[in-house]
Amino acid sequence: MRVALFLTCVNDTLYPDTGRAVVKLLTRLGVEVDFPMAQTCCGQAHYNTGYRHEAEPLARHFSDVFGEYEAIVTPSGSCGAMVRELYPRMGERARAEGRGDTLAATLAPVVPKTYELTEFLVDVLGVTDVGAYYPHKVTYHPTCHGLRGLGLGDRPRRLLQAVEGLELVELPGADECCGFGGTFALKNSDVSAAMGADKVRNAESTGAEVLCAADNSCLMHIGGTMARLETDMRPVHIAEILASTDKEPAV
Amino acid sequence: MSGTFVGMPAFPEAAHEAVRNETLRGNLRHATHTIRAKRAKAVAEVSDWAALRDAGKRIKDHTLRHLDRYLEQLEASVTAAGGTVHWAADADEANRIVAGLVKETGESEVVKVKSMATQEIGLNEALEAEGIRAYETDLAELIVQLGKDRPSHILVPAIHRNRGEIRDIFEREMSEWGRPAPEGLTDTPAELAEAARLHLREKFLRAKVGISGANFMVAETGTLVVVESEGNGRMCLTLPETLISVVGIEKIVPTWRDLEVFLQTLPRSSTAERMNPYTSMWTGTTDEDGPRDFHLVLLDNGRTDTLADEVGRQALRCIRCSACLNVCPVYERAGGHAYGSVYPGPIGAILSPQLRGTQSEIDASLPYASSLCGACYEVCPVAIDIPEVLVHLRERVVEGGPAVREGNKVVLRPAKGHAAERAAMRAARWAFTHPGALRGGQRLASRTRRIHPRSLPGPGKAWSGTRELPAVPAEPFRDWWQRTQGGKGGAK
Repeated sequence: MRVALFLTCVNDTLYPDTGRAVVKLLTRLGVEVDFPMAQTCCGQAHYNTGYRHEAEPLARHFSDVFGEYEAIVTPSGSCGAMVRELYPRMGERARAEGRGDTLAATLAPVVPKTYELTEFLVDVLGVTDVGAYYPHKVTYHPTCHGLRGLGLGDRPRRLLQAVEGLELVELPGADECCGFGGTFALKNSDVSAAMGADKVRNAESTGAEVLCAADNSCLMHIGGTMARLETDMRPVHIAEILASTDKEPAV
Repeated sequence: MSGTFVGMPAFPEAAHEAVRNETLRGNLRHATHTIRAKRAKAVAEVSDWAALRDAGKRIKDHTLRHLDRYLEQLEASVTAAGGTVHWAADADEANRIVAGLVKETGESEVVKVKSMATQEIGLNEALEAEGIRAYETDLAELIVQLGKDRPSHILVPAIHRNRGEIRDIFEREMSEWGRPAPEGLTDTPAELAEAARLHLREKFLRAKVGISGANFMVAETGTLVVVESEGNGRMCLTLPETLISVVGIEKIVPTWRDLEVFLQTLPRSSTAERMNPYTSMWTGTTDEDGPRDFHLVLLDNGRTDTLADEVGRQALRCIRCSACLNVCPVYERAGGHAYGSVYPGPIGAILSPQLRGTQSEIDASLPYASSLCGACYEVCPVAIDIPEVLVHLRERVVEGGPAVREGNKVVLRPAKGHAAERAAMRAARWAFTHPGALRGGQRLASRTRRIHPRSLPGPGKAWSGTRELPAVPAEPFRDWWQRTQGGKGGAK
């Protein structure tokens, strides 16, 4: 199976370790991974801030870059939801504006074959035990667009529960938003920071060493808050946990 | 909408104080989390909840699509049943009609059922200006009125007050309005409720005019429905000689049978009850029973404009249950007052900028008062995709474009204050459609990473004021991929 990694602009620029972890994990599971070098950004920040028309060229670019692959895997719930939920909506809006079906037709091929990483593992590869080893106490935060947008359900938890050595503890108020919200974090920074601090306090109350999530944008906000509040916890993307083995453990 | 909120600062400024008010945060957290959990339980009991939710959505969409027809049918039904129908295009017209009707009775005071529509138009203030005193009779609305306060929640307007604060308000203010609070009043719920009951009872027995809204209006029968918990509504709807109901035009359902759906979904979504204690229904007037005169004031006030918007019109499905407020993490921290409208929370953030337009500072900021977490959409009993409408309204704010205002097609100009953001978005779009440019930027960031400041100046403070910045890695992923052919080249 020829699979394209859509790493996302945030991960590519700031979290290359997550990208390396996805490559390592999928390769270990026998998947041939390609990273199309022309990939950039799905346009989520533009779209969600109200710049739908600026997001359209990015969506078209995404479709050009990834259209030929059998599956597109992304380690981000929100970027995955952007393609799956909002690309069809962009097509509909263009049609409603009297611009015909061109955009909808251009974007249609990539929509059904874009998978968030944990979805790809559980639904497409059919695995929950990925042979990982991670001897740490971990709590899991289900990010909003993964949880409510893509409906990831218990997939990430099932994957974590199968990791050898990992102790998974429930996060109180897990379903509540961490307060990142893209440009919301800047436009409403007081409320965003208050939400982040509450999320960190809930995470701390579990006694876990690691707060795990499947989206580094949310982890950037939660981790930045953890560092400012000088907690002992650290944020780790789920890919890095699942890629970790006893021979090559992640720290 | 009401002038009460004119001149409100933008949402982020209004929320700034609320976030730091520990008492308010505590009150809201306790109240919203309690009701949130109860609602989830009440909804989980119903095996066909998803079907009810879908039915509610469809009934409302159908009604809105044929609103013209159903409004005329309603007018005919109400008139045939002995009522009088008035049409109000905006708040001023509705207020004028109601004040005129009260004056015709020769009365100078009215009792009120809790009503969002009359708050939306600022009816109490308008009546006050005409020398007519309006008494709120819902317990929480009474607390708000006595405290010279503003409502901060659709269902529990005094949610921002705790028991101690309510006791103080009763003790201090009740005597100004009527029967004083009993001596030695404590803050136990039973004593507070009794004080309110005694205070209100004399108003119910004296009042000759009642004013209400309605949760539903049935087009085929001309029946109005009020759903409530305290029985104060039943008093106001049955005891006075004249009843005036001010109702938004979107509150119609076509048939009596349609109520079946909403009388299940509304109480479970709002108060987390299987059925609310009082459901009052009346059809025009009946000899020797209830009010002799019934007037229905049908209120537009921006609803037709909202209906013209393909994406935004779904906000008119709202049945004012406030489930979205109770699950909203932003509402929980900012409080209801920050929304600058009688409609706070997620539904307010999509309703106010549509009913009032996006011209004012507060209305232009409301679509951004959300992290788009989607919890509101998940609990909405009529499936309003609030995040979708929020993003749509953000687009209206930053791009402008076609809209309908006061019945006329207009082309809105982009709101002020977004020039720098627009330039940044355009620059990012250019970089993201030129992978080479993106790569250049990433490399520059990586090479200069040792000299990056730990906190940002200017607008960047919004991030670094409360959060550390992420460390920029030595190389972006794409450089590693190219250098190692995806890890196969041996280098790590």
